[in-house]
Amino acid sequence: MLPLASILFEVVGKGLPAISLSFLTRPTGNVTDPSSGIGNAIEGTLILIGVTCLIAVPIGLFAGIYLAEFGDNKFGRTIRFLNDVLAEFPSIVIGILAFSVVVIAIGHFSAIAGAVALSIIMLPIVTRTTEESIKLVPSSIRDASMALGIRRWRTSLSVVLVTAKDGVITGIMLSIARISGETAPLLLTVLGSGFFFSGLDQPIDALPLRIFTDYKNSNYPSALAQGWGAALVLIMLVLGLNLGVRLLTKGRSSFARARA
Amino acid sequence: MEDLKPANSEAPSIIGTMEKFKIQTEKLNAWFGNNHVLKDLSINIKEDEVTAIIGPSGCGKSTFIRCLNRMHELVPGARSSGAVLLDNANVYARGIDPVTVRRKVGMVFQKPNPFPTMSVYDNVAAGLKLNGIRDHQKLDRAVKRSLELAFLWEEVKTELDKSGASLSGGQQQRLCIARALAVEPEVILMDEPCSALDPVATAKIEELISSLKAQYTVVIVTHNMQQAARVSDNTAFLYLGQLIEYGETTQLFENPTEELTERYLTGKFG
Amino acid sequence: MSLSEEARPQQAKTPIRKRLEALPALRFSIDDLFETSTTILAASIILIITVTSVLLIRGSIPVLEGFKTGLFTGTNWISVAGSESYGVLPYVLGTLVTSAIAVAVGVPLSLGIAIFLAEMAPWSVRNALSRVIELLAAVPSIIYGFWGLFVFRFWIRDYLEAPITSYAGAFPVFQGTPFGLDILTAGLILAIMIIPTVSSISKDVMMAVPSSQREAAYSIGATRWEVVRTGVLGYARSGIFGAIILGLGRAVGETMAVTMVIGNASGSAALPTSLFKQGATMASVIANEFSEAESGSLHLSALIGIGLTLFLFALVINVFAQVMVWRVLKVRGGSVE
Repeated sequence: MLPLASILFEVVGKGLPAISLSFLTRPTGNVTDPSSGIGNAIEGTLILIGVTCLIAVPIGLFAGIYLAEFGDNKFGRTIRFLNDVLAEFPSIVIGILAFSVVVIAIGHFSAIAGAVALSIIMLPIVTRTTEESIKLVPSSIRDASMALGIRRWRTSLSVVLVTAKDGVITGIMLSIARISGETAPLLLTVLGSGFFFSGLDQPIDALPLRIFTDYKNSNYPSALAQGWGAALVLIMLVLGLNLGVRLLTKGRSSFARARA
Repeated sequence: MEDLKPANSEAPSIIGTMEKFKIQTEKLNAWFGNNHVLKDLSINIKEDEVTAIIGPSGCGKSTFIRCLNRMHELVPGARSSGAVLLDNANVYARGIDPVTVRRKVGMVFQKPNPFPTMSVYDNVAAGLKLNGIRDHQKLDRAVKRSLELAFLWEEVKTELDKSGASLSGGQQQRLCIARALAVEPEVILMDEPCSALDPVATAKIEELISSLKAQYTVVIVTHNMQQAARVSDNTAFLYLGQLIEYGETTQLFENPTEELTERYLTGKFG
Repeated sequence: MSLSEEARPQQAKTPIRKRLEALPALRFSIDDLFETSTTILAASIILIITVTSVLLIRGSIPVLEGFKTGLFTGTNWISVAGSESYGVLPYVLGTLVTSAIAVAVGVPLSLGIAIFLAEMAPWSVRNALSRVIELLAAVPSIIYGFWGLFVFRFWIRDYLEAPITSYAGAFPVFQGTPFGLDILTAGLILAIMIIPTVSSISKDVMMAVPSSQREAAYSIGATRWEVVRTGVLGYARSGIFGAIILGLGRAVGETMAVTMVIGNASGSAALPTSLFKQGATMASVIANEFSEAESGSLHLSALIGIGLTLFLFALVINVFAQVMVWRVLKVRGGSVE
């Protein structure tokens, strides 16, 4: 509708001129310098996504497996409910949490603090989609595997989870799209930086953070232009992931047929 | 109603071999929660023969065979009591790992359920692979052998990489049989294996069952009496969780001793 | 369940019997390990929530001790060390007012969309429009903020605020020279942001109403609109209410978009006395001041205090919403992304 169209129009319109190879690869350095680019922000976002997935995906997978396979009891219902509660936490509060734990512990802002914050945002989504995907696998598949004398844990991982992998991967991709755009928790944890990655315990930049910093400096036209460019890159990343998921779920062939 | 011995204890035995019971159940009871579905079932299943379990819907046929390979206990709230002896050893004895039992006693289900994300080859090999066997040659041989035993080899031998779910219904069921055979069980349980298939596919599978009994003990649950008559050597008739009559198939069908059996066979109910 | 073996005729121990009686203790433990590890990781969710609550409370203690209830009723916000004074009231009010605007404007629009999609649109339109709405939900809030700052606020200023000022500028709620970065714009952007959530949950809830309800309404001679009103909306009422509350929860917690368009006033100047005034919300204050606050200072504690307040607000609202939506959809959570 109207706002979406306008957003896309403006972002593309104002952002496109700023895009160039050097823009995408050069670090920001001093933002008033016209050769400043968003390379470090892109790198930062990718690194943060990577570390966050390393933390949140295994936990979310196993938690989702628990809820789907063993969670038909009071404990499971509690976890499920709390998971939904966690999913709705204001992201800035999660930022405060990560700040109080990681930033205080290390002594200064750092990438790992940001990754921790983003993991907490990502975890409930992965848990929920994993559980729901596993529940969609027909019980006869599980029966067939158990009847072959395959152990419970092997059945859950190598048969059921593999059958559910489309849904699980969809959930992971959607949550990546979500966390790439999160700014508030990063404000409180990674500080932002003008330079490329220098260590997990150091401040780091990220696309949404870069956009925010450019907003703060928007009296400088170069900063403003950079902000639009960064916004374009970010929106392409997020919408790209979303649309990619759409396309993936269309191409479900053999599994859909097997269920027919 | 407690017919412990098959009616043919006076029947002539095959020269040189003793009639052996592969599976014997003793006072087998089963419950779903408070629902008592199997009552004091004591049956002796003969080795290397096909035994059919017949009876009206809900009489406990499926529950019965699921007790034989300890699948019944996987349902939340399900429990059982009594003994199931496989080669004279109780599979429910303390310390027995149900997984070992399930490798000895294979099962084929009503609706074909190949693993949807795996190829034909991987489906058949699944039981072996997921239990740690990695030797490619061993796997290749096992897959070929199982597919041959299941009368499927010729049809899929050039397409082993195709998805298991891309086969026709009848082929999928034979694939599931091959998958069960690959782990080299001694008993094969079949829970209405043809009810989801067309007559041509059904005929193929019945032929397959007859060929299997040379090496395997087969217990088949069926609601189709004619199928039981065609395919089995012995038949047990269950009604409301109890064993009504059990005997050699021709004997039971032509000359049932229980009135209930006769009424069921002549279609007066069920 | 085991039977005494004496009654059995003794037979030579077959290989099967030997294997059956082996005690595979090791294998049992891998299955148990699996179950245990999944349970522990699932429980980490409880851990996270507990830690959050504990840390928020602990962090707020300094400022609570200093100001007691004055924290919640005061309107000053001076963080200069030595003459500090903290009162969160303006920010709480700011959050409430912007969220109220968001709900007042966004909910009718969302319901309209939901009714259209659930009851009137042909299948293809419904699919296409739902997809567009999902994309709208996927746009990160900072981009909403950026766009809001450089595009949207000019629309509001020129097409909404300027006319209102000339006609109704005397009303207290419209006082002040509008230049677009104010409470009204923040509220309106929040409205846009909650539309995807509220409309898609409402749509799901409406589509979950059994067709027998609709048929019953038709059969007593209701018109199309009456069918929707009586048959559908009545039945779906608590679910829709839940969706609205959920949208409210999102609006309360929204940070970036608001921070960028609300004008960022501070202290008593942030009291939302007029729609065209600059203001601040609980979330925007934290976003603006947190990274500059000295570690261990009272200022930081005050900000955490705001965080705690915000957390409690969002928690209560969201739990309430979950319960309502859950009951109607009979599905967990039910929130749509």
